[in-house]
Amino acid sequence: MATGAHPWLLELRGVVKRFGAVQALAGVDFEVDAGEVVGLVGDNGAGKSTLVKVISGVHPADAGEYRFAGRRVQVATPRAAAELGVQTVYQDLALCENLDVVANLHLGRERARALFGPLAVLDELAMERRAFELVQELHVRIPTLRTAVAALSGGQRQSVAVARAVMWDSKVVLLDEPTAALGVEQTQQVKELIRNLRRRRLGVVVISHNLADVFEVTDRIVVLRQGRRVASFDTGSATHQGVVASITGAESGAVEPPA
Amino acid sequence: MDARSASGPARGGASRPRPGALGALGVRFRQGELGALPVVLGLLLIAAVFRLANPYFLTPLNLTNLLVQIAGVGTIAVGVVLVLLLGEIDLSVGAVSGFCAAAMAVLSVKHGVPGPLAVASGLALGLGIGLAQGAWVTKLRVPSFVVTLAGYLGWQGALLWILGSTGTINLSDPFIVGLANARLPVWLGWVAAALAVAVLWVGGEWGRRRRAAAGLPARSATARAVRDAFISAAIIGAVWLMSVNRNPRGDPRIAGIPAGVAGFLVLVVALDRVTRRTRFGRWIYAVGGGAEAARRAGIPVDRIRTAVFALASGLAAAGGILAASRLFAVNQSSGGGDILLDAIAAAVIGGTSLFGGRGTTWSALLGALVIGAITNGMDLLAFASSARFVITGAVLLVAVTIDATARYRRERFGR
Repeated sequence: MATGAHPWLLELRGVVKRFGAVQALAGVDFEVDAGEVVGLVGDNGAGKSTLVKVISGVHPADAGEYRFAGRRVQVATPRAAAELGVQTVYQDLALCENLDVVANLHLGRERARALFGPLAVLDELAMERRAFELVQELHVRIPTLRTAVAALSGGQRQSVAVARAVMWDSKVVLLDEPTAALGVEQTQQVKELIRNLRRRRLGVVVISHNLADVFEVTDRIVVLRQGRRVASFDTGSATHQGVVASITGAESGAVEPPA
Repeated sequence: MDARSASGPARGGASRPRPGALGALGVRFRQGELGALPVVLGLLLIAAVFRLANPYFLTPLNLTNLLVQIAGVGTIAVGVVLVLLLGEIDLSVGAVSGFCAAAMAVLSVKHGVPGPLAVASGLALGLGIGLAQGAWVTKLRVPSFVVTLAGYLGWQGALLWILGSTGTINLSDPFIVGLANARLPVWLGWVAAALAVAVLWVGGEWGRRRRAAAGLPARSATARAVRDAFISAAIIGAVWLMSVNRNPRGDPRIAGIPAGVAGFLVLVVALDRVTRRTRFGRWIYAVGGGAEAARRAGIPVDRIRTAVFALASGLAAAGGILAASRLFAVNQSSGGGDILLDAIAAAVIGGTSLFGGRGTTWSALLGALVIGAITNGMDLLAFASSARFVITGAVLLVAVTIDATARYRRERFGR
C-alpha cells in the first residue's frame, strides 16, 4: 500500500464533475495501488458511476488532478485511459455473442499473418495460444475456447470480459457491478478471478451494491455520498454497520450541505 | 512450454475428452449450431421426390441447367448473406441487378462499348450505388430497410428510364453472352477439381498438425480425412456431372462447366475465405453480433457497414449481368418479379440468420439450389406457378423457424 515514499498507482485529487446544474462529484479524492482491490460503494446517485467514467475517460473531470504512477496526466478519452493501462468492464460486458472466446478476447486487435490492410489473414493459431495462456494464468473455467460466448454462463462471460480487460498489459481494472446478475457459484468464480488479478499486482476497483461481496474480496472500501468521499475503511477492521452507516449518512446524523 | 500437460481437465479445455461424432451432433443441436445440415438433408429429400416423379430431373443436362439458372440469383444472394451478417437488410438488390445489367446493355448495344468495359462499368455502377446507400444508412442513421426500400423503387425507375422506349435490348457481344453460356474446356474443369481437392487435403492436414504441434485441441486425422473425403466426393461428383456429354441425343457433344456456374462458385468460395479468415470478415461478424461491443473495441463499424452495402450492390450487379447474359437480353422486368425475394429466401433457407452475425456464403449456394430445384422440378412436372409459390413459401417458413428456434435454444443453453 502506498505511503509517502512511493506514489499510488492511480490517484485522483479534488475531482469535480458537473452535469448542467447538477454537481455529480464535489471534489472527490480516490486512489488505488498495484496489487490492491478497492471497493467503491455508495447509494444510488452517490457518484460511483460518474467517478468510474472520469477514471475511464468517458467523462473527463471539470476540475481536479489525475495522477498515474505519480505523474500528472490528462485523461479526456477512453483511448487515453487505455493507453495508460486503465481498463473498464461495464455491466453489459461488451461481448459479441456470436463469436467464440478467442475472437472476443482479441476483438478489434486481431492478429494477422500477412498484412494486406483490412484483408489481412487472421492468425488463429497465435490468437488461440494467447487466449489459452491467459485463461490458464487467470484460472478461468471455460469449456472450450472455441465456444461461442452465447453458450457461456453469466460467470464465464464476466470472466471473459475481465480477461480481455487485463490481457493488454493493463495496470488498473475497474469492474462495474461484476456480480450483479450472477448466481452463487458464478459469483465465487468471479471473486476468485479478482484475487488472481491482485496476485498479478494489478490495481482493481470493484463497484458493487453487494456489501457481502465487497467485504469478502476487497482490501479497502471507499464510500461516496452525494458526490463526496465520506469514508475510507480498511476492510479487515471495518464493520458492516459502520459502512452502511456512512453510505446512508446515519453515522453523524448530519445533513450534507447542498453542493 | 507444453500447454497440454499444464492444463487440468476443467480448465482451458485442451485435454477435455472429445465426445463421439453423434454426441457432438447432439451438443451442436442443443446449442443451436446445426449449420448446413438441415438444408443439405432438405436438398437430398427434394432430389429424391423429384427423381421419383420424373427420372429426367437427375440427368446431367437438367442438373447443369439448374446450376446455370441459379447462378444469377445465387450471386445476388451472396451479397444478401453479407448484409444479413451485419444484421441489416438490402431490399434494393433486385432492382440494382436489373438497372446495372441494363446500363451494361445500353453501353454495349447503343454506344458500342467493348464487352469487358461495359461489364466493368455495370459492376462499378453497382458498387457506387451500394456505397451511396451504405453512406446514407451510416451517416444519416436511416434504417437500411427504408433506404433500400427507396432504392428498390428508385432503381426500378432508373431501369425503365434508361431503357426508354426500346423496352428490350438484345445482347450480341460475344464476351457478354459468353459470361453465363460459354463452357469451360473439360480438362480445365478437372484441373480445377484436382487443385481444389489437393488444397483441401494438404491444407487441412497441415493446419491440423500445426494445431497439434502448438498444443491446441485438433480434430483427429481420421475425422479430418472422413470430412474431407465427403467434400472431395461432392467436388468430383459436381465436376463429373458437368463434364460428361449431357446432350441426350449424343451429338453434338455438350460438356464442360458453364462459365456462369464457375464464376458463381468462385465467388462463393472466395467470399467464404474473406468472411471467415480475414480481419475484415471477422469485423463483419462482430458488427452483426454486437455493434456496440464492436464500436467500443475500436472496430470502424460505419466503414464496415458501408463497405458491405457496396459489396452487396456490386454482387447484385454481377448477378444481374449473369442473368442478362443467360437470357441474351435485358428488358423492363429485369431484376423484378421474384428475384429480390428469391435472393433473400435463398440466403435464409441456406442457413444465414436474419438476426445477424450467423451464416456463411455457402448458404447462398445451398439456398439457391433449394429454390432452384423446387422451381425446376415443378416446371418439369408442369405444375402451375401457384403451387410453386406455396411450396417455396412453406420451405422459407420452415427455414426461418429452424433459425428462430435455434436462436432460442442458444440463448437458453448459456443460462
